Amino acid sequence: MLEVEDLRVTYGGAVEALRGVTLAVPDGKVVAVLGSNGAGKTTLLRAVSSVLRLHRGRVESGSVTFDGKSLLGKDPSQVVDLGLVQVPEGRRIFSRLTVEENLRAGGMGARDKSAKKAAQQRVYDLFPVLAERRTGRAGLLSGGEQQMLAIGRALMAAPKVLLLDEPSLGLAPRIIGQIGEIIHEINRQGTSVLLVEQNATMALEVADLAYVLDVGEVSLQGDAKELAATDEVQKLYLGHGSDADEVHAVVSTGKTLSRWTA
Amino acid sequence: MTLFLSLLLNGLSLGALYALIALGFSVIFKASEVVSFMHGSLLLFGAYTTARLAADLPFGVAVLLGIGLTAGVGLLVERLLINRLRGSSVISLAILTIGVDIILVTELTRRIGSDILNMPAPWGGDVIRIGDVGITTNRAYAMLVAAVLIALFFAAFRFSDWGVAMRANAEDGETAALMGIKPGRVSALAWVVGAGLAAVAGLFLVGSPTPGVAPGIQAVALRAFPAAILGGLDSTGGALVGGLIIGLAESFASGYQDQILFLGRGFGDVVPYVVMILVLLVRPSGLFGTRELTRV
Ligand SMILES: Nc1ncnc2c1ncn2[C@@H]1O[C@H](COP(=O)(O)OP(=O)(O)OP(=O)(O)O)[C@@H](O)[C@H]1O
Ligand SMILES: [Mg+2]
Repeated sequence: MLEVEDLRVTYGGAVEALRGVTLAVPDGKVVAVLGSNGAGKTTLLRAVSSVLRLHRGRVESGSVTFDGKSLLGKDPSQVVDLGLVQVPEGRRIFSRLTVEENLRAGGMGARDKSAKKAAQQRVYDLFPVLAERRTGRAGLLSGGEQQMLAIGRALMAAPKVLLLDEPSLGLAPRIIGQIGEIIHEINRQGTSVLLVEQNATMALEVADLAYVLDVGEVSLQGDAKELAATDEVQKLYLGHGSDADEVHAVVSTGKTLSRWTA
Repeated sequence: MTLFLSLLLNGLSLGALYALIALGFSVIFKASEVVSFMHGSLLLFGAYTTARLAADLPFGVAVLLGIGLTAGVGLLVERLLINRLRGSSVISLAILTIGVDIILVTELTRRIGSDILNMPAPWGGDVIRIGDVGITTNRAYAMLVAAVLIALFFAAFRFSDWGVAMRANAEDGETAALMGIKPGRVSALAWVVGAGLAAVAGLFLVGSPTPGVAPGIQAVALRAFPAAILGGLDSTGGALVGGLIIGLAESFASGYQDQILFLGRGFGDVVPYVVMILVLLVRPSGLFGTRELTRV
């Protein structure tokens, strides 16, 4: 189980991006974290993956543990070795490498040759299009294919917990639906998922549990289906507000999602 | 025609050695964002240790030890200095390598003293003749060995896990780290390879027709620098092409110096820089590079 407790993170010693966030990803569950631009979603994943340092960010207090072991102060590669692998925001595939090389880069940590083969087979089974485009340059894939490659690349390390940062970003509704199904399938195969999203519809559909992050703090949490039914989430994230003006007002204060109807 | 062929052959051989050095620059720059100005001293260190060891050991053993020790120096510099200062500016890291270079060269110069230290290669000063065209055996072997090493390098860069990790890390360091690729390991290996290649080049550069191990050969590494830059510092293919261009240009400029006297005597020595400047005027990021040096 991945546990984050009372986590405070600052950038450059000044900007406070997370102000005491507590959440948990129980084994085998899909946990969604919703939040608008700048809520601190990416910061949360950076803290888990131990790459805050690359952004002049720092954990001021609190803890991040996986199965009781602290992740703070570890090297990013050690976090991967422990079984937590991230699919970063904006996909960030290696565009000059081939599809196959991208997958190899994802499986670099694994020593065992047969495990690597098995992981690769799993990825090609999940994403047949990647097998077809194996030797092509990754930069030439479409946005949706690139997202699949980014997920496949992370799966090459056979993670226990998959961390996904806005996989729906910039994709058409139909593709977003596919991504949702894939997340569901990956979870069914035994991988826990921490899904960071602005697209609440898809996220709440696949998630078991959900948290709403609001300017660095958890403002709502609970069962994903129950949360989806609450007034706040209906209004703020799903665009089914009873009072359109009220929703609009919240939009203009910048508290809601930019693509809340997607 | 004979002169032309002979200059071509010697230029290619010299260019292959420059390419070895330039590949080292390029791979180190890609992996650790460091412009290594200490390649001259690594080259000298490799040639010096090999020549000294060869006094007591079989030549082949001395060569392997010399290359290994030079690679070790590269590794040491990376682990003790570069790795700890990761994230510092490109400029300060470059100046750091200049500092190390000065220390190493000063010490080696003191040790060499006024002796002429010969590289006791079994082929000595022999010359191979193909018709009227001649090349020293040393330079012929240099071309052969360089060709094999360059081929091996590109194969590894393209097909091995190291190559994939290296290219992924160069394209997007943070994402590579998120995938579990260790930047420290990528960079350390690059320094080992870069220093090792410099040692191999040094070995041949102090052999015939050059008169032996003298501190002056570190200036040769400086000529591989324009080779790497004109090819594009972050391009390994560019390093190869750049090395060959510089080698050929130098060879022809020296061989035909009577015909180009109007450019001044000793034009062969400055031609690498002239070629580099001309290329950079047209293509600021080098022939195959993707980044301008000023923007790194
Ligand atoms: N490298 C950085 N340096 C300084 N401040 C940063 C940095 N990265 C993020 N921040 C700040 O931290 C806060 C949280 O940012 P974060 O990127 O975690 O939000 P997010 O929820 O992922 O937003 P988005 O939905 O736009 O991706 C914001 O106020 C942001 O400006
Ligand atoms: Mg984000």
